[in-house]
Amino acid sequence: MMISAEQINYSIGHKNILNNVSIQFLPGRCNLIIGPNGSGKSTLIKLLSGELDNYDGRIMYNSSDIKTFTKLRLAASRAVLSQQTELSFPMTVEEVVMLGRNPHFEFNPSKKDIEIVQEVIALLDLNSFIYRNYQTLSGGEKQRVHYARVLAQIWESPKDDQRYLFLDEPLNNLDIYYQELFLSIAVSLLNETTTLIGVVHDINIALRYADQLSFLKEGTIIKNGAPAKIVDAILIKEVFNVDTQIMAHPSTGKPIVLF
Amino acid sequence: MRLNNKIFFIVLTLVLVLVLIAAIALGAVQILPSEMMAAFIHWCKGEANTSIYENVFLQLRLPRVLLCAITGAILAVSGVLMQGLFRNPVVEPGLIGTSAGAAFGASIVFSLSPFMSPLFKTVLGPFLVPVFAFMGGLAATYLVYSLAKNNKRVSILPLLLVGMAINAIGLSGVGLMTYIARDPQARSITFWNLGTFSGASWFQVLVTGMVALVCIYISFRQAKKLNVLLLGEQEAGYLGVEVNKLKTGILIVNTAMVSVATAFVGVIAFMGLIVPHVLRLLIGSDNRKLIPASIIMGALLLTLADMGARLLLAPAEMPIGIITSIIGAPLYIFLLKKYHFNQNHL
Repeated sequence: MMISAEQINYSIGHKNILNNVSIQFLPGRCNLIIGPNGSGKSTLIKLLSGELDNYDGRIMYNSSDIKTFTKLRLAASRAVLSQQTELSFPMTVEEVVMLGRNPHFEFNPSKKDIEIVQEVIALLDLNSFIYRNYQTLSGGEKQRVHYARVLAQIWESPKDDQRYLFLDEPLNNLDIYYQELFLSIAVSLLNETTTLIGVVHDINIALRYADQLSFLKEGTIIKNGAPAKIVDAILIKEVFNVDTQIMAHPSTGKPIVLF
Repeated sequence: MRLNNKIFFIVLTLVLVLVLIAAIALGAVQILPSEMMAAFIHWCKGEANTSIYENVFLQLRLPRVLLCAITGAILAVSGVLMQGLFRNPVVEPGLIGTSAGAAFGASIVFSLSPFMSPLFKTVLGPFLVPVFAFMGGLAATYLVYSLAKNNKRVSILPLLLVGMAINAIGLSGVGLMTYIARDPQARSITFWNLGTFSGASWFQVLVTGMVALVCIYISFRQAKKLNVLLLGEQEAGYLGVEVNKLKTGILIVNTAMVSVATAFVGVIAFMGLIVPHVLRLLIGSDNRKLIPASIIMGALLLTLADMGARLLLAPAEMPIGIITSIIGAPLYIFLLKKYHFNQNHL
């Protein structure tokens, strides 16, 4: 039960974006990916989530190749929170969140779809925004709406007991309260049938939440494992080219990076 | 400002019915509702319509008003579809070449039909003009779309600029056909520049009506997917929508109905712009409501515009395109200014 990438190569024109990437992600754990700008993190998420399909290698969801799924079948159990999504037309917050239920109803939402939308709206403190026009929200508020939409998509997936959540640098416009909330919600959903793969920018956030942390540089996985076992100043220097000091967090004992 | 949907639909439908009756009644000859009823009864019984009023009603006024309503519905729904597809509130069939291409296709038939192989005429019969219009409209739309596309994305500035160029080509094609036309009836193709309903016939009502029924039904079935597409192509893909299939399907259906309408009534600009904009303010952007509401409001507004065209300079008649442009062009400028002049993605 896992997502695995086997010898993935991906290039745009003559530029190699990912070089021979092989990696596995287990359910029930917080799998995070980190790396400098342009290292191929977002591309890796797009490949693993099925958005891009012109790669060499294999991507497996459990024992099935991702290419054997239809888009709709995949969408019923896999959701992706992207960096930024804009809307050109006025829609209410509730309507945007309901778009997340698209794979689950034919033309009009069922009672259950409406209940799920209400639940995720409450979970993300959006109750007072339900009828607001999405276009008038701030960047952080918009991101909360999309998180609610993405959670609604895989809140429960009756056809398949596995579900997959991808987060592609979701924390960009958020203050630290919502950064914490976003990741703690994601972690609270985790169980043996839920796989989480996320890209984050902030090294200390990554160290705090990750069970498995993957360091990506120039399209290659440099190191992959439990943060406490793999992170040291030499690794950070190698990946980010910054001199740092590593300390243990006074209360959790997890590593933190000072720079 | 959101309205209660049920009440909104009921009121809009009632207003449409009233406007349709008024449009039939008013004109160079006034027709009373009692005469309309009498004409219907005679027609049902298979009796001859003796009175001149009944003839005006059945052969002139009624087909004209119906063709007008159907065309209005087509243009308004087309505006919704194109704006949804391009994710942009300033797109409509008159601006991206569809109408001009269709007019060019139809004008070829009018001017060059004496030189065409009789095979065409036997195979296509009365559908010769609509089929040529469809091919012209599809070619122009596809050309605009593929020329404006850059990195799989269609941004609005190239779209409008290329649309302008293709429009110019299409309309100068119409001009050329007018110029070389021999037969005096063919000279009337100048009307394509501005649109008119003066030649409406039952045949046109039937063809446009059927095409509209099929095309609007198909697009209504896609309304939920079009809603998801509002999030952009990538997000729609993540939510299970086969984006390319959806886009191609909608583009073909849309071009078909706009082309057929254009073949019969000419280019009527800005209808597809006004109706969706007003409706989004009133009932929101959900295409499942927007498409049915556009049918009603499109029919309503274009019938009103045609009444204006007939009555304002009576007994002379104005091209209807002048009226829709006088109202539509300022709105278009307003929308451009509101949505695009201060955004970097123009």
